[in-house]
Amino acid sequence: MLTNAMCLPRSRSWGAWLGAVLVALLLLLTLLGPWLAPYDPTAVDVSQRLQGMSAEHWLGTDHLGRDVLSRLMAGTRLSLGTVVLTLCLILALGIVVGGVAGFIGGRLDTVLMRIGELFMTVPTFVLALFFIGVLGTGLSNVILAIALSHWAWYARMVRSLVISLRGRDYLLASGLAGASRLQSFISHILPSVLGQLMVLASLDIGHMMLHVSGLSFLGLGVSPPTPEWGVMINDAKEYLWTHPQLLLWPGLMIFLTVMAFNLLGDALRDRLDPSLRAGEH
Amino acid sequence: MLRYIAYRLALLIPILLAVSLLVFVLLHMGRGDPALDYLRLSQIPPTDAALAEARHTLGLDRPLAEQYLVWLWRALHLDFGTSFVTGRPVLDDLLYYLPATLQLGGAALAVTLLVSLPLGIWAARRPGRWPDQLVRFIAFFGVSMPNFWLAFLMIALFSVLLGWLPPMGRGGLEHLVMPVLAVALMSLSINARLLRASLLEASGQRYVLYARLRGLPEGQVWRRHILRNAWLPVVTAIGMHVGELIGGTLVIETIFAWPGLGRFAVSAVYNRDFPVLQCFTLLMTGLFVFCNLIVDVLYAWLDPRTRLEGAQVC
Repeated sequence: MLTNAMCLPRSRSWGAWLGAVLVALLLLLTLLGPWLAPYDPTAVDVSQRLQGMSAEHWLGTDHLGRDVLSRLMAGTRLSLGTVVLTLCLILALGIVVGGVAGFIGGRLDTVLMRIGELFMTVPTFVLALFFIGVLGTGLSNVILAIALSHWAWYARMVRSLVISLRGRDYLLASGLAGASRLQSFISHILPSVLGQLMVLASLDIGHMMLHVSGLSFLGLGVSPPTPEWGVMINDAKEYLWTHPQLLLWPGLMIFLTVMAFNLLGDALRDRLDPSLRAGEH
Repeated sequence: MLRYIAYRLALLIPILLAVSLLVFVLLHMGRGDPALDYLRLSQIPPTDAALAEARHTLGLDRPLAEQYLVWLWRALHLDFGTSFVTGRPVLDDLLYYLPATLQLGGAALAVTLLVSLPLGIWAARRPGRWPDQLVRFIAFFGVSMPNFWLAFLMIALFSVLLGWLPPMGRGGLEHLVMPVLAVALMSLSINARLLRASLLEASGQRYVLYARLRGLPEGQVWRRHILRNAWLPVVTAIGMHVGELIGGTLVIETIFAWPGLGRFAVSAVYNRDFPVLQCFTLLMTGLFVFCNLIVDVLYAWLDPRTRLEGAQVC
């Protein structure tokens, strides 16, 4: 049977390398961005506002005279860090709820999954907006809102993974050897669930990034002076007619980041989980 | 078939009830006092007396269960309360903005389907060759593109530089082009790839080989044997796309000053305008669930096997 994986194996590995290099660069910026930046990303200098590209300011300056390149570099930490934190929170929620539902089963399973289904009935973006409305705007609330609107999907996946492992003989053996249920869950089910979950999560980072930056573009996340890509686009939209380059760079960063993680996620999926290869995400 | 549709329609009621309960509970578990928000947005100084009065008029001093039942009773009479900001009935405001959102979202869904179908088929007919590569490239580009950035890029190119398309507002077809593309690109890309994969899987089946061995013309093999079977996963995915399209529409509307729910909802989120939030969430959920119902009915119509299962559930 023909599957996707049979076409173009060469371009795939090329993409994987590109993704890996880009992700490595982004991680470097996340760690060192604020120190590598040539200027203070929040230093206002109105005499230098809206400059084009030059030797002093490689990517020019914004409406308050802040160096765009420095803001992009310093912004990596918040933009990418937010996404990673959100994903960790979702994974934690998903593992706890899905793990409990799948491993203990019974009525608790039914109740938890019904609640999860209820969360999945609301379109995720609408649910995230609703949660921000309830919790209030701000970065930490955006993280919480996205986690609360996505956990159910992960909980359902974890649950089905756990259930597929529940009947295995080695679990019975560990129970007979005197391990408590929690012990056997942690040492025998969790590692295998985590591995598969990581593959799925890596495919989702890009998507999550689009979600987070969309909300921060709407002005619901980080407050303005702080450098963050979505907010930079929001700031720059007033200058679309006169200085469109201000919109170009932060968007390009988001695009490149999402692309890098998509490339890497695809490669990771092909490498670690060939069974997923046939179906497209 | 009718029985199945009736069953699915009846199922809408408990779903919406449950979601309304969820929304209600979450709103009241959240931080802050709605009465305080009410006073702030009505620009009344929050003295103790004013707070107590606001709590009383909003019914916040009653037990939670009673509050929900009162809300539900009113909601059944299509009274979702009044907005803290505008002071008008929430439902009137939302219904005023809804048609523009439906127009944009519906057009985006139509474009998603109309463009992704030929792209997916084109790619699957020549796997590995340049059309396939091109579609793969477009799709990859599409899933990595932030929709709001794409919107700005298009405005910069087609409005600022070339002056071909109007950068904002709602009007004729030319107003629709950029917003619809910005909303649809992501779903369109995913759908084209999904259809391609599904077509390739179907074309590897034994019945396709058999159809070819019988000497059927290639066009007929594709139409009757491959496409017919490859539809199904794509139809299921439409339900998922609707959720994405709703989110995308809300964001894109704020960019093109499209007079839809987007800006209204975002300002309600910003202001913590609780009655609006509550009704907006329910309205969008209702829309989403209803679209999924249509998709499921379509699926049952295309694939008789699920129809039997549906009948057994009744």
